Amino acid sequence: MELAFFIDYSRCIGCQACVQACEECDTHRGRSLIHLETIERRESVQTAPQVCMHCEDPICAQVCPADAIKQTAEGVVQSSLKPRCIGCSNCVLACPFGVPKYDGDADQMMKCDMCYDRTSTGRRPMCATVCPSGALAFTTTEEIMRTRQGRAVNDWQFGGQHVRTKVFVVAPAEVTHVNVAVIPMSSLRRSQPQADPYDVAALLEAR
Amino acid sequence: MADERPRWREDFPVRWDEDNYMTRRELAKFLTLGSGLLAGVNVLIAFIGVTDPTPVPPVRRIAAAGEVEPGGSLLFHYPTDDDPCILVRDAAGRIDAFSQVCTHLSCAVVHRPGDDVLACPCHRGSFSAREGLPLTGPPTRRLPRIVIEQRGTDLVATGIEV
Repeated sequence: MELAFFIDYSRCIGCQACVQACEECDTHRGRSLIHLETIERRESVQTAPQVCMHCEDPICAQVCPADAIKQTAEGVVQSSLKPRCIGCSNCVLACPFGVPKYDGDADQMMKCDMCYDRTSTGRRPMCATVCPSGALAFTTTEEIMRTRQGRAVNDWQFGGQHVRTKVFVVAPAEVTHVNVAVIPMSSLRRSQPQADPYDVAALLEAR
Repeated sequence: MADERPRWREDFPVRWDEDNYMTRRELAKFLTLGSGLLAGVNVLIAFIGVTDPTPVPPVRRIAAAGEVEPGGSLLFHYPTDDDPCILVRDAAGRIDAFSQVCTHLSCAVVHRPGDDVLACPCHRGSFSAREGLPLTGPPTRRLPRIVIEQRGTDLVATGIEV
């Protein structure tokens, strides 16, 4: 019975329980590494948690010039090794999911390691143990298929880049892989920079 | 990413299980077994040295007693034909014999009667012709002495004093 990590974005209620629980993880105690994103916050209260997706061919590790990011035999991509990380932030820029964070105090990249101290001994990651709505779940594929509407997907396309991940997301049943269109930087340079319609400070001033 | 992995990736693999880590335990095991092996071989060599009897040096005739003039020298081989030696006789008639192999880098030493030394031409080392002790130059060890006895009218070599 293979346990896997599932993210069901539609179930997230933005309670921040995962953010708090992440701080308690023993591999990076006191520092929360999960991302809780807001989606179009002017129109919606929808939030989305983002843990490391643990790519089968981790781009962050491929671009690391210091050989500091390692993948375990289980496919879990670890935080940078402290003696090796040079703080170049290549991984921060390269990750298509925007997961790695550069920690200036430690001068080191830190990222979600799926609570390796817990999952390697068969326990669930901290965030998945506390999520009250099941947006984050560490369980079997059968259990997800039985309890959720939709399909667990781990195939991604970012422009020309194909990515397969260890972590699944729950998507509508007709979706077999997630295709993320990439906007070329060259087209952005040509057009004038536009005001962010979801800039909170600007919204408050306009009132 | 790239379908073809560059060769340097073999030395710096992303996956932990492909990395050739030497764990602390492996290093400790290697050091323990290596030290044990070294100690064992030393004991074995010492054992062989104790049990293996030193060969009795052969007795070899070198020359007739009157063959070497006072102040002269004679080259001979002892204990085998591959070991060159030199016999010197000082003005008073005393006979000393040494290995001809310089203890520095194994050049052949020659007798210089005027200085009463055995001189090595390679690096200008010299040994006293009486004791075989190093006097000048790079050699630091004395020349092995060949024990000479006079038996009747013959000079015979009977042993080596290293």
